[in-house]
Amino acid sequence: MAKQYETVIGLEVHVELATKTKIFCSCSTEFGGAPNTHTCPVCTGMPGSLPVLNKQVVEYAMAIGLATNCDITQVCKFDRKNYFYPDNPQNYQISQLYLPIARNGYVEIEVGDLKKKVRIHEMHMEEDAGKLVHDEWDDTSLVDYNRSGVPLVEIVSEPDMRSADEVIAYLEKLRTIIQYLGASDCKLQEGSMRADVNLSVREVGTEKFGIRTEMKNLNSFKAIARAIEGERERQIELLEEGKEVIQETRRWDDNKESSYAMRSKEDAQDYRYFPEPDLVPIVISDEWIAKIKAQQPELRTEKLERYKKEFDIPQYDAEIITNSKHMADIFEATTAICKKPKKVSNWLMVETLRLLKDHDMEPEDIKFSPENLAKLIGLTEAGTVNSSVAKEVFEKIFAEDIDPEKYVEEHGLKTVNDEGALIEVLEKVIADHPQAVADYKGGKEKALGALVGQTMKAMKGKANPGMVNQKLKEMLKEC
Amino acid sequence: MANKISDETIEYVGILAKLELSGEEKENAKADMEKMLDYIDTLNELDTEGIEPMSHVFPVHNVFREDVVVNGDGSKDTLANAPLMKDNSFKVPKTIG
Repeated sequence: MAKQYETVIGLEVHVELATKTKIFCSCSTEFGGAPNTHTCPVCTGMPGSLPVLNKQVVEYAMAIGLATNCDITQVCKFDRKNYFYPDNPQNYQISQLYLPIARNGYVEIEVGDLKKKVRIHEMHMEEDAGKLVHDEWDDTSLVDYNRSGVPLVEIVSEPDMRSADEVIAYLEKLRTIIQYLGASDCKLQEGSMRADVNLSVREVGTEKFGIRTEMKNLNSFKAIARAIEGERERQIELLEEGKEVIQETRRWDDNKESSYAMRSKEDAQDYRYFPEPDLVPIVISDEWIAKIKAQQPELRTEKLERYKKEFDIPQYDAEIITNSKHMADIFEATTAICKKPKKVSNWLMVETLRLLKDHDMEPEDIKFSPENLAKLIGLTEAGTVNSSVAKEVFEKIFAEDIDPEKYVEEHGLKTVNDEGALIEVLEKVIADHPQAVADYKGGKEKALGALVGQTMKAMKGKANPGMVNQKLKEMLKEC
Repeated sequence: MANKISDETIEYVGILAKLELSGEEKENAKADMEKMLDYIDTLNELDTEGIEPMSHVFPVHNVFREDVVVNGDGSKDTLANAPLMKDNSFKVPKTIG
């Protein structure tokens, strides 16, 4: 009988914090500036420059630690991690090894019927490195230090996950918590959330862990799932052939759907960690912790409970909406204006999700304002526009955040409720389509649809469909 | 000298430091490192049982900055001494990140 294998996975998740400035200097962290414009002597490692810690970094890190049930290390400090690479101008990264800010936490995940805790070993603060862009033209690399010194927390889990589904559930849970705290936007595509996957396999029933590899360059949930499947198979194949798995870092190539070895993993001692002499220790008082706890916003679980009580929307809808803090904010703001939670939920659940999917966007990318969605709901409720026009207008709101009232006015999209005008059009449609009229009279109900369609077309979609139906039936009876 | 550095160790340290050493340089580096380790051994003669490791001489903690952008475009100064430059970036030998 073939051997059964179990996959054992632990994650190292890097999250870029949503501070305005870098961790150790007052340079902007804004994404997308021209290369090296957000740099200074500190974040480019110039001799004689000195780092000064951004207080907001400590507070975001504490908030994440508390929300993931960690113990806060009340006396913590930074350490130097030494390595040479062009993205790292100091030749060391300021990080935390000995006294990381948070330890011993957990988050609860749900996969199907399985509920489990994924333990967090530790979480530390550190600085990000610069960005290397490969220049195809002259086969060199170009270095941009705008990202150098952007604050990160690295969250290290215990090897508690057993499948790609569990990994994704864990990442989604972390992402939701951190977004709700406002500590990061956690966009995988843009790299503000990055996951390295540590994976090993072992025969089912064995206690001992197998030799693990670390996989990097995973920038979507799909890539993570594929990489886990691919690496599991690669390791099992090696073991089946009687070979050994080598402890190494591998880079996932999502286009080729395979990974390749980057370097054999350096041991912690190779980084020659030592206490960072340029930064003083951080002492976190009970009062400071209490203050951060008190500031903690409503998290997703609490929000879900409140939605159930406050708004009469289906549980499933509430779950999808609250899955993204941004979407939940839009839902609440729109509802506050128009007082129609069910309608708002419908626009988000149906049209918004469809458009996000069509454009390959995340809920965080939603740009439209609650005011404009509320106005559109007002227009449909008043019968000023019919549902197909409303959908068309919504696409405009989604894309450009237009004011629907103005747009409807300017493009003449108001539903025509004028009976006289409708009768005129109907008379013409009936006269022009004798066959359809005869079919309908002969008992073919379907022929009515064709006539309604012709009428809507003639009125450029602006007719009230209910009224067209009713009037048409009346007139057909008479003719 | 009490400490001995093996050929493998010096080779490995060279890789980590991204240094290529000639045979003679390796021997010299070995001797230097052995001396350094011996020196550290003298420190080990002290009894440090129960003493918290110290990372700072001064009893100062919690020195922070508020999260306010102060620095403007620093690219001119940053790139002033770049040996090679292209597109407002440092140009370096091909590196896969």
